[in-house]
Amino acid sequence: MTMQEPAITPDLIAAHGLKPDEYERILEIIGREPSFTELGIFSAMWNEHCSYKSSKKWLRTLPTEGPQVICGPGENAGIVDIGDGQAVVFKMESHNHPSYIEPYQGAATGVGGILRDVFTMGARPIAAMNSLSFGEVSHPKTKQLVNGVVEGVGGYGNCFGVPTVGGELRFDPAYNGNCLVNAFAAGLADTDGIFYSAASGVGMPVVYLGAKTGRDGVGGATMASAEFDDTIEEKRPTVQVGDPFTEKRLMEATLELMQTGAVISIQDMGAAGLTCSAVEMGDKGKLGIRLDLEKVPCREENMTAYEMMLSESQERMLMVLKPEKEAEAKAVFDKWDLDFAIVGETISEDRFLIMHNNTCKADLPLSQLASTAPEYDRPWVETPAAEPLADVPEIDGIDGLKALLASPNYSARNWVFEQYDSQVMADTMRIPGQGAGIIRVHGTKKALAFTSDVTPRYVQANPFEGGKQAVAEAYRNLSAVGAKPLATTDNLNFGNPEKPEIMGQFVGAIKGIGEAVAALDMPIVSGNVSLYNETDGKGILPTPTIGAVGLIENADDAITDTAREGHVLLMLGACAGHLGRSALLAEVFNRTDGDAPHVDLAAEKAAGDFIRANHDWIKVCTDISDGGLALAAYELAEAGDVGVVLDPTDTPTLFGEDQGRYLIACNFDQAEALMINAGKADLPLVTVGKFAGSDVVIGGSSAPLSDLRDTSRATLPQLFG
Amino acid sequence: MKAAVLVFPGSNCDRDMAVAFQAAGFKVDMVWHKDHALPEGVDIVGVPGGFSYGDYLRCGAIAANSPICGELKAHADNGGYVLGVCNGFQVLTETGLLPGALLRNAGLKYICRTVPLIVETTDSVFTQGYDKGQEIQIPIAHHDGNYFADDATLDRLEGDGRVAFRYGDNPNGSMRDIAGILSANGRVLGMMPHPERAADPAQGNTDGQAMFSALGHALERVTA
Repeated sequence: MTMQEPAITPDLIAAHGLKPDEYERILEIIGREPSFTELGIFSAMWNEHCSYKSSKKWLRTLPTEGPQVICGPGENAGIVDIGDGQAVVFKMESHNHPSYIEPYQGAATGVGGILRDVFTMGARPIAAMNSLSFGEVSHPKTKQLVNGVVEGVGGYGNCFGVPTVGGELRFDPAYNGNCLVNAFAAGLADTDGIFYSAASGVGMPVVYLGAKTGRDGVGGATMASAEFDDTIEEKRPTVQVGDPFTEKRLMEATLELMQTGAVISIQDMGAAGLTCSAVEMGDKGKLGIRLDLEKVPCREENMTAYEMMLSESQERMLMVLKPEKEAEAKAVFDKWDLDFAIVGETISEDRFLIMHNNTCKADLPLSQLASTAPEYDRPWVETPAAEPLADVPEIDGIDGLKALLASPNYSARNWVFEQYDSQVMADTMRIPGQGAGIIRVHGTKKALAFTSDVTPRYVQANPFEGGKQAVAEAYRNLSAVGAKPLATTDNLNFGNPEKPEIMGQFVGAIKGIGEAVAALDMPIVSGNVSLYNETDGKGILPTPTIGAVGLIENADDAITDTAREGHVLLMLGACAGHLGRSALLAEVFNRTDGDAPHVDLAAEKAAGDFIRANHDWIKVCTDISDGGLALAAYELAEAGDVGVVLDPTDTPTLFGEDQGRYLIACNFDQAEALMINAGKADLPLVTVGKFAGSDVVIGGSSAPLSDLRDTSRATLPQLFG
Repeated sequence: MKAAVLVFPGSNCDRDMAVAFQAAGFKVDMVWHKDHALPEGVDIVGVPGGFSYGDYLRCGAIAANSPICGELKAHADNGGYVLGVCNGFQVLTETGLLPGALLRNAGLKYICRTVPLIVETTDSVFTQGYDKGQEIQIPIAHHDGNYFADDATLDRLEGDGRVAFRYGDNPNGSMRDIAGILSANGRVLGMMPHPERAADPAQGNTDGQAMFSALGHALERVTA
C-alpha cells in the first residue's frame, strides 16, 4: 500500500499550526512549495513548544551564569559544579496538554522525557520531583485527572528507579480545563564525563537507539502548542505511551556506551522526535544530516516518512558515533536487548536530507530550520495593581488552622507522595512532605537538596513580586535544610501569549524571577516554557514553577531533626501580618483581594545566610510560606509528634504570609546563642512559642495534635481515594 | 564471605543491596541475568528489588525463567542462603523457592512508606540479630505486596516458625499480616519491606542493619 500524500492547502497548513505569514516565510526559505513531509518538519520545528518563538526575547534576559555553572540553557539540561569533579544535571519540563488528554500516559511520559534529558548528558538520575496543578476538587474531571496523573508519575518513576523526593499539588478553578504537570529530574555526572548534542565530523554514522518507532505522538508538539476546545478528545492519539522498563535499559545502555568513548554527540528524541533531535545535532555542529528512513526500526507497518519524522514514540535516542567503535557500541545495546541501527550520516552541506526507499522526502537547509524559526516581540500590558485588601475579620487560631488542614490545598500530601518511591537508590536522607527533599551524593560526604515552588495566586496579583517570591521560597526551602542554593530551572506555564495581558504576566514574572535569581545567586540553567494553557479562551493562573538545587557540603550538617518536648519556637525574619492573597483569605473567606507579599531579596539572603552560618545551633527548621506562622508551626509539631503552644493570637501574625521568614525549634541554650548572633547580624529573631504536651494551643483554643493530623491526612484520600 | 546480587535488566535496588552487604563485610559480585553460573564460593545470593523485566506480566514471572534463576535454584537446593527483597521476594515465589504469591495491594495503589514490622522468629541467620516480638520500622515500596497462600500453606508456615516478619499495621492486605517468610531449611528469606533502605544512619533509620550484620557474623562462622 502506498499512501498518496495530501496536497498543500491553506487548511492543511493551518492544521499544522502554521500561521499564513509563517508559511510565507517557508516559501521564501526554500523557494518552492514544501512537500507534505517538509511541511510536517517545519511545523514541528516552529511550534511554540520547540521554538520558544513568543518567549525567547524575554528568556534571554534571565541570569544564566555563575562560577558554579558548567552549562546553562540550550542543552538537554543545565549542569552545575558540586566540587570534587562532580556535577548535578537538572531540568524541569511540562507535560500539561498530554496529561489533560490522557492523564496516566501523559504524566508518565513527562517523567520519561525529563529523565532522558538528564541521562542523555551522561548523568545518572538521582532525584525527581513533580509540580501538579489541577482544577477545583468538585469539578467532574478532577478526580480522574489526579488519580491518573499521580499513578502515571509513580508508574514511570518507580519502575525506572529514581527517587521522587518533592513536588507540589494545588487546586484552583483556573486549572479546570487545563491541568499542569511539571516534571523535574536531576542526575549526577562526572565533570569529565558530560556529553553534548553538537555533532562533529563529516561522514560520521548517525545511530538510532532504544525503542522502535510507532505512530504514537505524531504531531504531539504541535498539539501541545495549541489552545484546547471541545474537540480535545479527538487528540488522544497524539499522546505517547511510556515504557519505563525500556527507559531504564536505555539509560543503563547509554551510560555504559558513554564509558566506551564511542559517543561523539547524543540527543534524546523528545518533542518532535527524529526531526528535532537530528536538526539539533546538525545545527549545533554546523553540519548537515542525511537520514535513510527505511533503516529506522519501526513498530508498525507501512509507516510513512511524515509519520517517522514526527513520531513521538518514547525511549529513543539519536547519537553520532565514532565509526571505529561501532561493534563495541552495538554489543552494549545487544546486551540490553535494545534496537541499534545506523540510520544516516553527517554531511558537509547545510542540508536536512530525508530519504525513504531511495525517494527524497525532504531536502531542507538544516541551519535555517533551527535558526530562522520565527521570533515574536508580542505586545504586552503591565498587570494592573491589585485591588487593596479589604478588612479581614479576626478568626480563632485553631479554627483557621483546622480550615487550612481540611482544605485540599494545605492538607497533608502523603496520599500523593506515598504512591512514589522516594527511597530507591538508598541515599534518601529526607522524604517528601517536609520542605526540601535531600539525597546523599552516593559514596561521598555531600548531599543535594531539591525543591519546587511557586505561588500562582501571588503571580496573578502581581507577576513581578510573584516571580520573585517563587525563587525566594525555593531559596528558603533549600536554606531551611542547611543547603547552599546553587542554581534554578524554570518551568513557565502561562495562557495565550497572543493576548497582551497574558504576555504582560509572562514579562512581569520573568523580570521578577531574573531579579531574584541574580540577588540570591541561583542562576537559571535550564527550563521550559508552556504557553497556550487555556481552554475555551480562559487562561490558567500564571504558574512559573521554580525547581532549585542546593548543596550540603557535609551531609552531617543537614538540618533534618524534628521538634521535641521542651524546645522553644523561634521566628526569624520580620512579620507585618500581610494577609493579601493569603491561603487563609482564599480558603476561609473565599477571597482573592489584596496584593502579593513584597519580597525583600536582601533580607531573604541575610536570613538564609544566617541559617547556614548557625547550623551548629539550628537542628530543626522550616520556612514560613502558605498559611503563615500557624501552619508552619503545626508542621514542625506534626513532624516531631509533639504539641506546640503559640504566643501570638492575632490573625495577621498567625496567618500572614510575609516573606523571608523561618521557624526554628531548639533548646533554651541554643536559643540564647542564636539571639546573640541574630542581634549581631541585625536580624529579627523572636520567641513565638514552645513545644510541649500533645495539643496545639493558640490563645484560649486548643486541639489535640492527633486530631489535626487525622483531619489533614484524611482530606486527600476522602476526595480521591 | 561472598555475596552475589542478581541483576535483571529492570532491577533498581541491586546497588542498594550490594552496599548493605558490603557494609556488613561481604565481598559482593553483581551477576547478570543472562549468566549461566554463579561466581565460585558464593555464600548468599541476593535477589534485589525493582521491576526485573518491567513486570508488565505477573511480577517476577519472567525473571523466574531467566538463565541465572536456574543457578539460583541449584544454589538454594544445595543449602545455600538466599535473600529476596520486594521484587526479589516475588521472584522467589515465582521460582517456587518460597510458597504463595504476591497479589496487587488491597488498596490497588503503590505504597511507599515506613511501616512497623514484628519480628516473628529469631531462629534464622536473617533474624537472629533481633528479639522475638521486637517491633522494627522498615520502608516498603511496592504495588504487589499482598501475600497470598492457601490456608494449609499458611498453617504450615506458621506451625513451622517460617513467618519471619509480620506487619504491625497491615498496609497491603497480606494474609495473616505476613511480610516475610522463610524456606523450610530457614536459609531462604523473602520479604516485601526493604531492610537495605534502613541500614545506614544517613537514611535516618538503621532498623534493617541488624539483618545484614547478623548475616555477616553467621556466614563468617560458616565459611571460616
